[in-house]
Amino acid sequence: MSSAAAIESVETARTVKPGSRAWRRFCRHRLALFGIAAIVLMVLASVVGPWLIPFDQLKIDIRHRFAPPPWEGHLFGTDMLGRDLLVRLLMAGRISLSIGFLAMIVSTAFGTFIGVTAGYYGGAIRVALMRFVDAMLCFPSIFLLLILAAFIQPSVATITLIIAATSWMEVARVVEGQVRSLRERDFILAAEMIGAPGRYVMLRELLPNAIGPIVVAATLTVARAVLMEAYVSFLGYGIQAPMASWGNMLNNAQQYLGSAPWLAIFPGLMITLSVASFNFVGDGLRDALDARLDLR
Amino acid sequence: MSTGDIVLEVENLSVTFATESGPLQAVRDVSFTLRAGETLALVGESGSGKSVTSLAIMRLTPPAPLVTLAGSVLFTGADGERRDLLALDLDGMRAVRGNEISMIFQEPMTSLNPVHRIGDQIAEAITFHERVSNRVALARAAELLDKVGIPDARRRLSAYPHHLSGGMRQRVMIAMALACNPRVLIADEPTTALDVTVQAQILELMKELQQATGMAVIFVTHNLGVVAEVADRVMVMYAGAIVEKGGVVPVMTRPLMPYTQGLLHSVPRLDPESLGRDTLEAIPGSVPDPLSLPPGCSFAPRCRHVRPACEAAVPALEAADDGHDVRCRRWRKLAEAGA
Repeated sequence: MSSAAAIESVETARTVKPGSRAWRRFCRHRLALFGIAAIVLMVLASVVGPWLIPFDQLKIDIRHRFAPPPWEGHLFGTDMLGRDLLVRLLMAGRISLSIGFLAMIVSTAFGTFIGVTAGYYGGAIRVALMRFVDAMLCFPSIFLLLILAAFIQPSVATITLIIAATSWMEVARVVEGQVRSLRERDFILAAEMIGAPGRYVMLRELLPNAIGPIVVAATLTVARAVLMEAYVSFLGYGIQAPMASWGNMLNNAQQYLGSAPWLAIFPGLMITLSVASFNFVGDGLRDALDARLDLR
Repeated sequence: MSTGDIVLEVENLSVTFATESGPLQAVRDVSFTLRAGETLALVGESGSGKSVTSLAIMRLTPPAPLVTLAGSVLFTGADGERRDLLALDLDGMRAVRGNEISMIFQEPMTSLNPVHRIGDQIAEAITFHERVSNRVALARAAELLDKVGIPDARRRLSAYPHHLSGGMRQRVMIAMALACNPRVLIADEPTTALDVTVQAQILELMKELQQATGMAVIFVTHNLGVVAEVADRVMVMYAGAIVEKGGVVPVMTRPLMPYTQGLLHSVPRLDPESLGRDTLEAIPGSVPDPLSLPPGCSFAPRCRHVRPACEAAVPALEAADDGHDVRCRRWRKLAEAGA
């Protein structure tokens, strides 16, 4: 037996791990690298920045209202109450980015749960769950968001949940499709052959093989959630003053658009930069993982 | 050869798929018995129902509204208790799968999960059925890898499937299937996707393991050369039904069913008299559409010896000799004529 094995080549000469190849593909995507850098910078600045700036985000200074940037230490100028714009932008970044990430976690978890369940069980369960997904997608989500927000006391937690409730469907669809195709693979049959329970097949066999598309969908969901939070807060149903979010800063800025345009430009830039960055990273991840995900 | 107790009795097994154009009977009234230590070869063309039969025994066909199973699969466990697998609930069936009946598949390249180490995959097969710690299970996985001829087994536990060649992966699959010492191993074309030299090694390995453990093997294949090598008994399937079954020597040397004769004739040979010939004797035509089977013998449209009576009614499976059954209305005449 051992001589028989010796004839056969034991190991194929593949030394490069699939993971490192995906990383190299990702690095070739310039915009994705820019996106990663921008996200890291924004997160760091939002977390650390407010401690380094000698102004309080709520400190009103009537004498220095509408100071244009840069003004005596107010790098980005001040708003209509004389509050430092930079520190408010960074504090708003804490709120907006947290909502983006938290909504992503909640909606990805829920969407993945629905998708795996539907894809694994199939039949009537799949039809029921996926038609529910279709129904949810039919709602114009901005109105759903506004209606929900009008009834529920706005806070970071409730806004996060409301946004998550309107953005888990994409993930569910992606995961369901992925699981449905993986389900037909031989190794799933092999797992069932050795007597694996359904829970094991779902969590340990199917889910790890679907992780690429889930990561991509999750990244794009952050971008969507940041944008959604901005919409809702801009329309006044989201994060309430005096707490700052990029959306409600825009809202406050609109009546001074002619006289103090920097009040609108900076939050607008932050929203654009973060949403674009997450989308770039999502694209890069898709190219790196999704297209030629090496399953062998 | 070695004939132990009966471990598996399949009686009138039928498998029906619900398709858009109506019910499709992929397996029709298949009955056979399997004894401990013997190898039964299940032979037939693609679409003859041999793989579906083996999946149905494991209850791995798609669930009820899509596929319905009829008949019974009586399995005698290690405890001596006889159970009908088709009547078991899902949990009961899970306890049997991998533990008492195991299976290996055709494609070793895709039968292992790419994201898990092979040691973990084998260890899982053990922990599903026995209350052992992870460490013990991994130690047993290493023993199994050693048993299936993988050198340096302990280090190999942490290899991923993509580190291994096809033959090595099939060895891992065999280790996984044999993790709990099953009484029956169903091998669904286990060597079809492998190189000829590797094929021989895997067949040799399976024989050795069978002799060591006394398990019964159902060997599904379309390769008649392999059948002659491994089988004790042969069962030939055509269009979902058994058309001939018997000991390997009588069936291979004196086939009674024209289909079996055709199969044997269409194997390329290397003997001097056939080397000069340009063409192989292929069976004309192709397998009938299972949705519209001919009313009589399903092989009739392709048979050289067909008579009008053959097309009138489905012939029964008759006992031609001791333990040699054939489904052909004219087998006596054909045997006399020395076909």
